[in-house]
Amino acid sequence: MRAFTTALRLALLLLSVSAGLGVRAADSVDVYGELENPALQSRYEHITQDLRCLVCQNESIADSNVELAADLRRQVREMLIAGKSDDAIFKFMTDRYGEFVRFNPPLTPKTWLIWGAPFIMVAVGAIVIVRIARQRARLPLDDEPASEIK
Amino acid sequence: MWKFVIPVAAFVALVVLFAFGLNPDRDIHALPSPLIGKEAPKFDLTDVMDPSRHVDNAALKGQVYVLNVWGTWCVECRVEHEELLAIAQQHVVPLIGLDYMDQRDKAKQWLTQLGNPYQSVGFDTDGRTAIDWGVYGAPETFLVDGQGRVVYKFISPMTAEVWEHEFLPRIAAARRSGA
Repeated sequence: MRAFTTALRLALLLLSVSAGLGVRAADSVDVYGELENPALQSRYEHITQDLRCLVCQNESIADSNVELAADLRRQVREMLIAGKSDDAIFKFMTDRYGEFVRFNPPLTPKTWLIWGAPFIMVAVGAIVIVRIARQRARLPLDDEPASEIK
Repeated sequence: MWKFVIPVAAFVALVVLFAFGLNPDRDIHALPSPLIGKEAPKFDLTDVMDPSRHVDNAALKGQVYVLNVWGTWCVECRVEHEELLAIAQQHVVPLIGLDYMDQRDKAKQWLTQLGNPYQSVGFDTDGRTAIDWGVYGAPETFLVDGQGRVVYKFISPMTAEVWEHEFLPRIAAARRSGA
């Protein structure tokens, strides 16, 4: 029991330290600091989380510290201050870098397969299960003693 | 009947998928540019070698040209430099440079020491022109036709093969379709 509480404490400590580091790293990436308007800042955070850093490809531009990500954050910031809508900012990015720049691609005829694939797979799985179940229902039960047939 | 057709069809579909997906020549990090077929983004920069000179696409209007994105920090750009010099010797199209995320002094030194294949080199101080062109690394090479539309984009160092097989035919086609 004692060993358990020590381990738990250590884990909590590590967790809080790493969380602290994460926040600090994210802060230091942004040279311009926070936007004055909190509403703009939250939109800024939301948008930069959804844009892929094309150099690292699995990081968002909010998380990445490569120069291109910094340039793109500056672009987002300037467009927000200029009063551009979220859609306009995303359009600006996809016009230049393609749909791949978005982590959350919108539902369009080109992306319906990505969004639909999980449902299609569940449907295929359901059909297979139903068919197997029906087939088995028609089979005689093996564990019934054969001697009952008189 | 279906017990035969469905597995065979699934197998063929997988083979096609793998043939495409596992092709070793395909660079999975290279992204198709949404600019292909669209008007080339406008740019107006100062020349690396001479800040009083302008490099813009208005001056290139009606011409088929190649825009090569590079920087002195970019190792692969050093690799392709010899090839760019050879291409410049062919005098097929004007080669325009876009010096990206760089320092002017270093870029000048690079071009003086290694030779300058470019007709002119725009100096992209703050990376805005690069964003407009959807640049996400270097080297990247664009081909623009006589109507000012982006025809082709190549990501990776230029090689003689790529120039011959990807660029020259497209340049010829762009000229034929009336520049």
